Amino acid sequence: MARTRISGKAAPVSFIGVSKTYGGEVVAVDNIDLEIEAGKLVTLLGPSGCGKTTTLRMIAGLEMATSGKILIGDKDVTKLPATDRDVSMVFQSYALFPHMSVLENVSYGLGFSGFPKSEARDRARAGLDLVGLEGFDDRLPSELSGGQQQRVAVARALVLEPQVLLFDEPLSNLDAKLRRQVREDIRSIQQELGLTVVYVTHDQEEALAVSDVIVVMRNAAIAQIGTPRDLYDAPVDAFVADFIGEANLIPCEVVSVSAGSAVIDVDGYRHSLASRGLPEGRAQLAVRPARIILDGNEGFDATVAKATYVGVRMEYSLETAFGSIFAVQDDVMNPLRPGSAVKVSFHVTGPVLIPSE
Amino acid sequence: MREAIPEKTAHPVLIYWIIAGWVGYLLLPWYGIEDGFFGLEWLIDGYPFDEDYAPAAFLIAQGEKLWLSPLLIPLIAPLLVLRRNKSDPVYSTVLILAGGFGFSWLIAQGFGIGLRGFNYDWLSTVFGSLGDRQFGMGYGALIIASSFLFTFTQGIAARGAVNGDVFVVSAIGGVIVIVAIFVFFPIGNMLFTAFVTDEGGYSLKIFSEKFFDNRLWGLGCFAGGRCGAAVNSLFLAIFVGITTTALGLAFALVVTRSGFRFKSGLRALTVLPIITPPFVIGLALILLFGLSGSVTVFIADLLGGQPTRWLYGLPGILIAQTLAFTPIAFLVLIGVVEGVSPSMEEAAQTLRADNWQTFRTVSLPLMRPGLANAFLLGFIESMADFGNPLVLGGNFDVLSTEIFFAIVGAQYDQGRAAVLAMVLLCFTLSAFYFQRAWLGRKSYTTVTGKGDAGVHPLMPKRLGIPVIVIAGIWGSFTAIVYGMIVYGSFVELWGVRNTLTFKHYITAFSIGFNEHGLHWSGAAWDSFWTTITIAAIAAPLTAIVGLVTAYLLTRQSFAGKNAFEFGTMLSFAIPGTVIGVSYILAFNVPPIEITGTGVILIVSFIFRNMPVGVRAGIASMSQLDRSLDESSLTLGANSWQTFRRVILPLLRPAILAALVFSFVRAMTAISAVIFLVSAQYDMATSYIIGRVENNDYGLAIAYSTTLIFVMLAAVALLQFLVGRVQIGRRTQFMTGA
Ligand SMILES: Nc1ncnc2c1ncn2[C@@H]1O[C@H](COP(=O)(O)OP(=O)(O)O)[C@@H](O)[C@H]1O
Ligand SMILES: [Mg+2]
Repeated sequence: MARTRISGKAAPVSFIGVSKTYGGEVVAVDNIDLEIEAGKLVTLLGPSGCGKTTTLRMIAGLEMATSGKILIGDKDVTKLPATDRDVSMVFQSYALFPHMSVLENVSYGLGFSGFPKSEARDRARAGLDLVGLEGFDDRLPSELSGGQQQRVAVARALVLEPQVLLFDEPLSNLDAKLRRQVREDIRSIQQELGLTVVYVTHDQEEALAVSDVIVVMRNAAIAQIGTPRDLYDAPVDAFVADFIGEANLIPCEVVSVSAGSAVIDVDGYRHSLASRGLPEGRAQLAVRPARIILDGNEGFDATVAKATYVGVRMEYSLETAFGSIFAVQDDVMNPLRPGSAVKVSFHVTGPVLIPSE
Repeated sequence: MREAIPEKTAHPVLIYWIIAGWVGYLLLPWYGIEDGFFGLEWLIDGYPFDEDYAPAAFLIAQGEKLWLSPLLIPLIAPLLVLRRNKSDPVYSTVLILAGGFGFSWLIAQGFGIGLRGFNYDWLSTVFGSLGDRQFGMGYGALIIASSFLFTFTQGIAARGAVNGDVFVVSAIGGVIVIVAIFVFFPIGNMLFTAFVTDEGGYSLKIFSEKFFDNRLWGLGCFAGGRCGAAVNSLFLAIFVGITTTALGLAFALVVTRSGFRFKSGLRALTVLPIITPPFVIGLALILLFGLSGSVTVFIADLLGGQPTRWLYGLPGILIAQTLAFTPIAFLVLIGVVEGVSPSMEEAAQTLRADNWQTFRTVSLPLMRPGLANAFLLGFIESMADFGNPLVLGGNFDVLSTEIFFAIVGAQYDQGRAAVLAMVLLCFTLSAFYFQRAWLGRKSYTTVTGKGDAGVHPLMPKRLGIPVIVIAGIWGSFTAIVYGMIVYGSFVELWGVRNTLTFKHYITAFSIGFNEHGLHWSGAAWDSFWTTITIAAIAAPLTAIVGLVTAYLLTRQSFAGKNAFEFGTMLSFAIPGTVIGVSYILAFNVPPIEITGTGVILIVSFIFRNMPVGVRAGIASMSQLDRSLDESSLTLGANSWQTFRRVILPLLRPAILAALVFSFVRAMTAISAVIFLVSAQYDMATSYIIGRVENNDYGLAIAYSTTLIFVMLAAVALLQFLVGRVQIGRRTQFMTGA
């Protein structure tokens, strides 16, 4: 028997000047432009209420854009309802139909897509295989664990071979241990089948781990789009820097700029780095805690306020002339004592210059 | 488990019950007082020596009713272990034995010795003729019975049942005993009555004669004749169940899934069945379609034909019951229709189902439990409905009215009434059973963890348009019917003298002044005040029993909980008519002799309405997170304190709802009441039915209208009060993240 295989029909998605307003007042999404490449996993990341779910639901067709245009593939789907779009979605609550068995759930959409019964069943089985749930055909959703329910929901969406597959906070109802596993599974299926996936989360670690591209959202607008590495190493502003991993935001003075390189001054300490188009004058420095050097003999002055041993490394709170900063050091053998004075400097590739607020 | 609390050897609750027991034995009249439960005349009328009013101790001291003397043993025994530890096995054993023996002896002597000495021949054979007799139990016996019961439960708790929790064990014991006495005993007793011959023996033959009677099962109507009452009832109930469910669903869909503008008007419909005595609809139909009804006359004038009596019989009852019970189905279904999680429907849409397919394959199946529930309610209400068939029945016999005529009519045949009641009970219980079976093992809970805030899609067009049309037509019809009721109460003599008048209100509710001051001279005042009083006494008791039961069911686990739940919900499936018959059969002889008193009415209301209190309690208690009680328990409160200080305050809306609901239900009930009223305690509904039977429609309708407005006021007051005690809780729209 020729085995039925699930494949992908990935298509790109474009948002052109899309806004969404609820009841004429609440602006949930404000004039965003977005290109999602086919076969990529794109994450919408941002704090609660910033409009991620709304954006996702506009791709699904569950919410209609108030203005702007949405394209899937080459097709303008702006006015098309969910039924008629080739998109499927995995809901935060999974939304498995409690009155149908696992197999019935998974073959549900196939029935409406014109597949004959037997083929629908084969495809559904193939989908269940893909998520590692062979032999669960006749269970009811209420007889599955949370993680299994989740995988049924994924299989149900996958078997339709949608142009775009949507996930709304898929891990939020799982316990911490399962999360890592499930997100790796999602990622590997996505890569194997070459699917276009749009994935919503408010957890930056999750976003960094699974995404090809991350779209950071803030207040109904896009704050930055980039690869995980871009966002981590070159955040455009303080918001992104702080949201993606922890960052110390340190006020500084740009002393001189030449050929794309700038020299900055922090409390007397001079450091040179990429100017990123900033002029001389006041600016801010985003520095990851791990990119701070404490054992050098140059740098600005600080006092160790608190030292915490967390096993693999030491964590320090430092008091400086401009406030407290947070640093981690790999050297656990010779910890600094609280109260001791240190010189603080930065790794060469450590800090990133961002505009001051 | 917390330790560290030093074992107490004082047992305040036990001491309280021991004292109560002694008071009941030494001070309170043992037997029921003739002039009613609340009369106090006995205090000045020969107490404590008169045989009728004497406490048990005085009876024995005078050498009478010596069979009460063994009760001294279980009264004394607990005193001996008072100083012992709770964990001491002697303590628990003595309490269990004393309570158990005392309670059993009380029951045994109560049933063994009645109005004519020994109740059973074998007792006379063994002990010889008694030469004495006894009446129904009174205050003394009641208090002592409670004392023994709670002594017993404390013994059980001391043994470690339910973590040794005295409050919970006592509550379980209390609920079991009262449900046994006021639900299972009368029903069981009624089953026996069905087998009793005229001579007082038991016989299967007499049962089968009555059971297989053609008046019950005849199928003549399919051949142009008349069908038996059971066949009629079944047919009618299935029909009413289907129509009310369908109409209720239509209304619920219009309210939740359409752009229809008068939604709040439709929602107001849900209040109607609560405040309307069911037979009032029948009356309104007579005003419209009866022989001299407006529509009948109008059409007869128009077409020149003779007015017909088509309304009386199946069509009339069917219309009346559909009108009366559709709002109930709506009430059930609106919750279910709203409860279907929108993300289920959205999921279906992203899976390429269109609106109609989504509705058919997801929404509708998820409403199945609600549909089953609505059907069951319609079915049971129709089976139990007494007023409409009485008013509109014509020659169409149904079980509930047949039962009534078997008891009060010229035939006076208790056995037949019991058989009919059994058939009725079988129907409703089977419906109950089939409902469960149909729902099967599937879980329909659509709430799984964190929700996604979605929106219900609108109804598919091909469904929406007919549904809105039907709901619109039926809604206006309901409005007309209710308008008719109010209008009719001002018409002098419907169809004959159509002048408007206050006459009926004056006859019913006039107030005069005489030498004694204010004088309630209207004909209706008597039954009105009785109704208010009885309803006001029954309401808090119903709420208490209901909420305590709900608490036990949601918050405690104990052996036999399922049976316990089944037992407490059973009276939900018992039609009022059956309760009525079984109560008069069971409670007009000792040991519990309360027929003809107000107490029997109160008790019947408590157990008729208890399931509603239980449901309301369960619904709101399951919304309160268990961690609330648990934190209270870990803070050192015991379960009674937790119940009183944490749960009850949070349940205030549910309590108010249960209170008003049982109050209003007690005012509109008729099916059980009609059997239980007496000259002294007449209720509004039975008074109205009496007026209708005398063709005094004007007064009946005026009285009904008054009742509707009184209850409307009660419900409005509830809304007002509940609105004010609403606990701050974020609404769904504010939390969607
Ligand atoms: N149906 C709705 N009606 C009104 N406001 C809404 C609705 N759904 C979402 N919003 C608002 O739109 C904003 C974005 O919501 P959402 O997209 O759900 O955020 P999140 O990024 O947390 O998923 C929020 O301020 C929310 O309150
Ligand atoms: Mg969201």
